[in-house]
Amino acid sequence: MSETAAANLKLIVFQLKEKEYAIPVNQVRSIEKVEHITRVPRTVGFVKGVINLRGVVTPIISLRSRFNLEEAEYNEHSRVIIAVLNDMEVGLIVDSANDVIDVAPESIEPPPEVIGSEEADFIKGVTKIEKRLFILIDLEKVLNPEELAAQDGKGLAG
Amino acid sequence: MEMNQYLEVFIEESKEHLQSCNEQLLELEKNPDDIKIVNEIFRSAHTLKGMSATMGYEDLANLTHQMENVLDAIRNQKIKVNAEILDVVFLAVDDLEAMVQSIAEGGDGKRDVSIAVEKLMLIEKGESPALSKARAETAAAIAEPQELVKSTYDDFEWTVIQQSKEQGFETYELSIALRADCLLKAARVYMVFEVLEKSGEVIKATPSVEQLEEEQFDQEFSVTIVTQETPEVIRQKLLKVSEVDRIDVREVSMGDYISRETVKDEGTLQPEVEEKADRASNMPKEENKAPAAKQASNKTIRVNIERLDILMNLFEELVIDRGRLEQISKELNNQELHETVEHMSRISGDLQNIILNMRMVPIETVFNRFPRMVRQLARDLNKKINLEIVGADTELDRTVIDEIGDPLVHLIRNALDHGVETPEVRKANGKSEEGNVILKAYHSGNHVFIEIEDDGAGINKDKVIKKALKNGIITEQTASALTDKQAYELIFASGFSTADKISDVSGRGVGLDVVKNTIESLGGSVSIDSKIGQGSIFSIQLPLTLSIISVMLVEIEKEKYAIPLSSIIETAIIRKEDVLSAHNQKVIDFRGKVVPLLSLKEIFEVPSDNHEDEFISVVIVRKGEKLAGLVVDSFIGQQEVVLKSLGNYLTSVFAISGATILGDGQVALIVDCNALIK
Repeated sequence: MSETAAANLKLIVFQLKEKEYAIPVNQVRSIEKVEHITRVPRTVGFVKGVINLRGVVTPIISLRSRFNLEEAEYNEHSRVIIAVLNDMEVGLIVDSANDVIDVAPESIEPPPEVIGSEEADFIKGVTKIEKRLFILIDLEKVLNPEELAAQDGKGLAG
Repeated sequence: MEMNQYLEVFIEESKEHLQSCNEQLLELEKNPDDIKIVNEIFRSAHTLKGMSATMGYEDLANLTHQMENVLDAIRNQKIKVNAEILDVVFLAVDDLEAMVQSIAEGGDGKRDVSIAVEKLMLIEKGESPALSKARAETAAAIAEPQELVKSTYDDFEWTVIQQSKEQGFETYELSIALRADCLLKAARVYMVFEVLEKSGEVIKATPSVEQLEEEQFDQEFSVTIVTQETPEVIRQKLLKVSEVDRIDVREVSMGDYISRETVKDEGTLQPEVEEKADRASNMPKEENKAPAAKQASNKTIRVNIERLDILMNLFEELVIDRGRLEQISKELNNQELHETVEHMSRISGDLQNIILNMRMVPIETVFNRFPRMVRQLARDLNKKINLEIVGADTELDRTVIDEIGDPLVHLIRNALDHGVETPEVRKANGKSEEGNVILKAYHSGNHVFIEIEDDGAGINKDKVIKKALKNGIITEQTASALTDKQAYELIFASGFSTADKISDVSGRGVGLDVVKNTIESLGGSVSIDSKIGQGSIFSIQLPLTLSIISVMLVEIEKEKYAIPLSSIIETAIIRKEDVLSAHNQKVIDFRGKVVPLLSLKEIFEVPSDNHEDEFISVVIVRKGEKLAGLVVDSFIGQQEVVLKSLGNYLTSVFAISGATILGDGQVALIVDCNALIK
């Protein structure tokens, strides 16, 4: 690998509604088409269920639901990005995923104060290439197992 | 040298040897005069010493060495076995275990062993107060003459030398000097050794053989050889090796060492000579059959458990595909395909049996730590306890084995602490002073049963109920209606302890509930039977394996769920009007019993279009003695499925114990009936 490539950050780009988001390629194991999802009862709303990922039962969360965007029907562009955090594998449902970009780490800026949307909590930074704006998401905050447990408990009580 | 590849083997074997030490020490305690047992321990300790020294774990080697010395003294009857000595040896074994454990966990295996070493040394020198002064003197005298010999020999080597002498072999120490201009010293060393090994048995080299092979010596080295040939013959033979400058031969006589008159166990050392020299031997062999017979076993190979796990995973994929193929063949209705798939199913069924069997481990691996524990506990509690183990060869899946240890420890502690009475009480009650605890394992159907039986005081039902009332576990009302068994099971409730005094062993009111939870999470159950004054039996029922289970597939709207067959009593289809209502709870009359109905649709919040059927499909499940009817839409059928976890992200989902992949590739969730019944 050349030095510039090593210094650059490789990002997987995906789309939710009109915006383009990105996560580092090293956090992505694979990108899958959306197939049958088995609903898991009594979990938080953004957990859509589990899928059979080549013999491994993998939980799936909807990023639209997580970012408080309205849900959309899955179509032929819909993808599941299998992301890896610590030792967890979780699938993220996105509208489409079709690009890989290289950015210099210094080109990533902190998120602007006013992003005008609920997903602000999950943003690590933004980066601009030509006229496209990419929002880097913070996988750790997106998954946040504690929140999962807390909401799970709430669901049980009610 | 790269040692990592040997590390695993080292750890495994060390554990085995330590276990054997533990077992034999317990044996020795019962038969203190049996030299065979000492030999057995000595063998284990010796191998362990060799291994740890090779691996570079010095503390481990030092301590084993010291232990070996004591054992040697015991078997040569310099020291008599008593409880005090055994305690120290046990302590040393504990230290060794801790060190091996530390190595296994990636540590450096270092540990302060000075206390144990010191104690062992005291015993070895006979300075322990338990031993007579006369012995102390002889023992002390032993240590000195060793320094007179150029190569120093440890006790073990001396024994070998002496034994050889008795069999008509002489021992010589050869000082061999190579020429100063010798270039390939290691090669010369090799040639020297080759000559020597044709003439006899090399029992020692200074520096060590390894060092010699690495040329870590100047011009001279010494070799001790046991042979029947005369020194001159050996000398001449050696001088034929080129670049050998000078050879001094000195006879190693018993005068160099205090003679040991009372070696009784002739021949038992022979196997160790082989180990020590680890070279082709032309010494006459005197097989000692007793210990050897015990070691003879089936032909086995050691396979890394990871590989077995991978094999299991691959097979699980195959099971899924098998399900899928069966479905396709049913749909296509092609005779040839049908036959082929059927054949494949049969073969994969056989394969499944074999793979599951391969993962079976005798429960011995869990049981064998208990004699030691019971011994220690009995001492701490000042009780006399005889532990009997039955069915240690009963096999269980490794996944179950891994989990079952702790609950068993707890139940045994409980039996010792609360069950068996003190010797005085037992005597007063007309029982033998020694309490009996029986640990029994056996197969029955698709389950393994483990029973812990004691002939102690039994469980006092009234006391249990009183305590449960006091701790608010039950109400007065329920208390009066309890059967004996139900009352006993109260001790599994959290926050319960019947011991009048809190002891170090158990009785803090935590634990038994954990035991119950662990066993239930394994898909098993635990029950108690007890008779006042005669003892109690704790009986654990466990599934044979946790990875492939039989389930009943059911459908609720468009969702499929799997209910483990182990919880199902039966399935039933009932009329809608047979459903009764009691306290806002739907119930049915099932074979004369009132069984509450639970709608899985409601519990699992299944999206539904609210249509109503005239008939209701019910799966009757149980948890212990309690029953419940799970209402589903339809039964699909019975199937063997591979149990999978939901992963690390979705932990503790209510009433779901895991998932499985069906023939069509979809995931079905497995219902945890224990969570549904309170």
